[in-house]
Amino acid sequence: MQGLIFDIKRFTIHDGPGIRTTVFFKGCPLTCVWCHNPESILPQPETINKQIEFDGKTIDRKEIIGRFYTKDELIQEILKDKLFYEESKGGVTFSGGEPLMQDAFLEETMLACRANGIHTTLDTSGYANETVFRKIASLADLILFDIKEIDETQHFHTTGVSNKIILHNLQWLATAGIQTILRVPAIPGYTFNEAYTKTLKKFLQSIKSDTVCEINILPYHAAATHKYMRCDYENKMNDTKTLDKKELVSMKTELEQAGWVVKIGG
Amino acid sequence: MITERVKKLREQSLNAINIVSHERAVLITEFYKSSMAQQVSVPEQRALSFEHIMMHKSICINDGELIVGERGPAPKATPTYPEVSLHSLQDLEILNSRDKVSFKVSEETKKIYREEIIPYWTGKTNRDKVMANVGEEWLAAYDAGIFTEFQEQRAPGHTVCGDKIYHKGMLDIIADIEESMESLDFQNDPCASDKRDELKAMHIAARTIIGFANRYATHLEEMAATEKDEKRKAELMEMARICKKIPAHKPDTFHEALQYYWFVHLGVITEVNPWDSFNPGRLDQHLYPFYKKEVEVGTLTKEQAMELLHCFWIKFNNHPSPPKMGVTAAESNTYTDFCNINLGGVKPDGSDGVNEMTFILLDVIEEMRLLQPSSNIQVSKENPDAFIHRTLHILKTGFGQPSIFNADAIIQELVLQGKDLIDARNGGASGCVESGAFGTEAYLLTGYFNIPKILELTLNNGIDPLTNKQLGLQTGDPILFKSMDDLMCAFTKQLNHFVDIKAHGNDIIERLFMENIPVPFLSLVIDDCVKKGMDYMCGGARYNTSYIQAVGTGTISDCLAAIEYHVFDKKNTSMKSLIDALSANFENYEEFRYELIYHTPKYGTDNDYADKYTQQIFENYYNAVNGRSTPRGATTRVNMLPTTCHVYFGQKIKALPDGRKAHEPLSEGISPVQGADVAGPTAVIKSAAKIDHLRTGGTLLNQKFTPSFFDTEESIDKVCKLVRTYFRMDGHHIQFNVVSADTLREAKKQPEKYRDLIVRVAGYSDYFNDLIEPLQDEIILRTEHTGAK
Repeated sequence: MQGLIFDIKRFTIHDGPGIRTTVFFKGCPLTCVWCHNPESILPQPETINKQIEFDGKTIDRKEIIGRFYTKDELIQEILKDKLFYEESKGGVTFSGGEPLMQDAFLEETMLACRANGIHTTLDTSGYANETVFRKIASLADLILFDIKEIDETQHFHTTGVSNKIILHNLQWLATAGIQTILRVPAIPGYTFNEAYTKTLKKFLQSIKSDTVCEINILPYHAAATHKYMRCDYENKMNDTKTLDKKELVSMKTELEQAGWVVKIGG
Repeated sequence: MITERVKKLREQSLNAINIVSHERAVLITEFYKSSMAQQVSVPEQRALSFEHIMMHKSICINDGELIVGERGPAPKATPTYPEVSLHSLQDLEILNSRDKVSFKVSEETKKIYREEIIPYWTGKTNRDKVMANVGEEWLAAYDAGIFTEFQEQRAPGHTVCGDKIYHKGMLDIIADIEESMESLDFQNDPCASDKRDELKAMHIAARTIIGFANRYATHLEEMAATEKDEKRKAELMEMARICKKIPAHKPDTFHEALQYYWFVHLGVITEVNPWDSFNPGRLDQHLYPFYKKEVEVGTLTKEQAMELLHCFWIKFNNHPSPPKMGVTAAESNTYTDFCNINLGGVKPDGSDGVNEMTFILLDVIEEMRLLQPSSNIQVSKENPDAFIHRTLHILKTGFGQPSIFNADAIIQELVLQGKDLIDARNGGASGCVESGAFGTEAYLLTGYFNIPKILELTLNNGIDPLTNKQLGLQTGDPILFKSMDDLMCAFTKQLNHFVDIKAHGNDIIERLFMENIPVPFLSLVIDDCVKKGMDYMCGGARYNTSYIQAVGTGTISDCLAAIEYHVFDKKNTSMKSLIDALSANFENYEEFRYELIYHTPKYGTDNDYADKYTQQIFENYYNAVNGRSTPRGATTRVNMLPTTCHVYFGQKIKALPDGRKAHEPLSEGISPVQGADVAGPTAVIKSAAKIDHLRTGGTLLNQKFTPSFFDTEESIDKVCKLVRTYFRMDGHHIQFNVVSADTLREAKKQPEKYRDLIVRVAGYSDYFNDLIEPLQDEIILRTEHTGAK
């Protein structure tokens, strides 16, 4: 069995505890308007043509995004930084894309991580059927669970899918005893306004859990602009500026009032 | 908190202009011309010349200062050492007018040089003897930039003060000298009379430093007599008392300990111009007992101790490296004189050495923010994380100090070299990154060695493409090489050939210093010179080591990986067209160069394809250098650091197979080629750790980070753990440059606005403004890691 991976980044320090390696799975069922990894959406390798200015010459090159890895190949990459994980209590984070789209490969890989004593974090939209979600979530040491929108219609509008299954999975997660951090994107024009913060706060108050108790606000950043320029997706966030941390203070305070530990950034 | 007086002294030090002082040159010339100089043995001649200088040089006491003593007549008035190397009038003009690391030269100084100094010393300096004796092969290789020579303009030094001076006054040392003299065996020991001469010289040197301190005491008393301010008057009286007590007697107070060290420091850097000036070494370990004792009995507060340390710090900053010329300036282009204070590490019994004084000194480093002294932390598994966190908080501010060392690795390196475990635990790192047993070892750096240049010669059958001269051996036409083995075999022959030339030159030069420039004063403080009756230069130290420093580790690894990958493995190109591309400096080979840079295995990405060459080159170099004996009985060893020599060596090489264009800088230390470390810091560390650091006397790894890596306590802890992991893999040293490339670009555009911008260069930090342009560009280029995501 093989998994389609579009990037592996070492020394990621914002995707869970300690020093981590983040594995980006290619393929995502959602099409969030603010997606900052547009190259992660299609579940197959993509070839893009690049024209590079170099030494006063223009060089044409094809670049293939996405590479198939066997479990052993991927584990070998992950194990490269094992000593760093050990020293810092870090590990590996599976992100994407949506890793749950390749659940069989992911399960194999996570079992191998477990066998090697490596802490695993799953970064997910929660969009997967109940069986898949529960199977994979039970293998993770930590889950980073995205809540993109509370309102179903809005969710459909901005991500292309309903959030029914997502919220259903979250409900199960709250009682499953798995350490979870909720991640809420703060997107100007969508989820970054007073009204939405109030809705979010109300929703959060309804979650009662000992293991789901921290919120990370992920402020919008425009870093993906150049990525859109290279692929076929339309950038719907064209003129939106990166949010400054200072602009998020009131949102943070509001959510803290709901009794949550709130951090800005992952 | 910095007091008003310290603020003023600091400003004075920062604003002082570096000038050439002719005072020492005049005094030493006067002495060498005297009949006395002709009548005594060489060691006594050196001791008496030291006495003549110290007893006649001007006394300088700056307003408000608490630690006294200047090498020149004023802060940053820097002496010359014509007996070692003579500045010509043209040299003085260059010093006066050059853009970087300049020294102003007055008309008076030029006149004195023209009329007195140059006429006397021409043809008589040690440098003249070096150049006349090393031979043609050596000179040709030196000119071609295959190696440099540390002892061409400066004397060997490369040693660090141990704890001896805190237990012994000079009178105690004199008693030891007399004991050694009495035990000389003129019947059976053929060296007995040499030893007697040396011990007599040491005796003179010890008395001289007492006399020098007394001159200060007298001056301070005179100043106290006329001082109107009662508080200052009391201070001057106390300082006078201290200068009368130490260095004759051992110190008992914190203030006495600092002043004693400072007089010793001045003695060492006035006697000759040793590389790496001198160094108090494990300062927190030495000072803590004095501090603790006085704080307990209430004679010293923390604030008073801090103020004394501030004053002490300023003293170092007042003393730039003596004016360097030519290749010596190119390989070490800085005012920094490499005094590198060590903090932390372990105690002699192997337990945690971090104490209250460690954290006080870290505060001092942060508050003073001066170029000199340099500082480093010695990190052992015994030390708490809080020690590293505190240091990272200082680095976060963009100050390139302190650098971070693996104390446990250094101890293993020293023990592996045959040192006693306790002596090793009392050691640390000095200069840039050099391991040494403090107080007991003479570990001389002899010069840098240009490894990528050896490959260039190999690819040209021994001909230097810069001059078209047959410089190396004829190891065969590379076009006929059938495999990497053929290439490596030819490369190793060239390497061994030039290491032989360098090592032979080292022996000649070492002997010249043994015969002509002994250092009886330095010999007083480094064990076991007094006991053995032998000078520091002649093997008197308990341990004697000579280093040849390898430069271009990353570059050579990438070059060899590129040749294997494109010529022999993928067969994308032939050896001939590769060599053609290099000769053309990649003109019309742009696409090929693009492949070389972007689609070729690189050292620093944790890729064995390239890293195996790092290991192989290390082994070849180690085998070529390590274990050779020198005339003074030292063993030659390797270390891997460049100071600024990677820029100079780069200028001496045309295009290379890693895609580097002609004359660009080489990689520095064991850091990856600038910009090649695209897989992040853990990959760099993994690659670097594949070198067997424990068999070196030091390696240097620089990593540039943007400030975002240090934004929260959590991320600082992750950087701390990065360090811990590298050290767990026996890495020797790591240093972080915390600054954005944008800031550096701005600084280049508007230097006047970034006068205080200090960056990590190689094994040291420097003002960004004082760096030459290619070095500025190179630092900007070094990969700027941003936290992924």
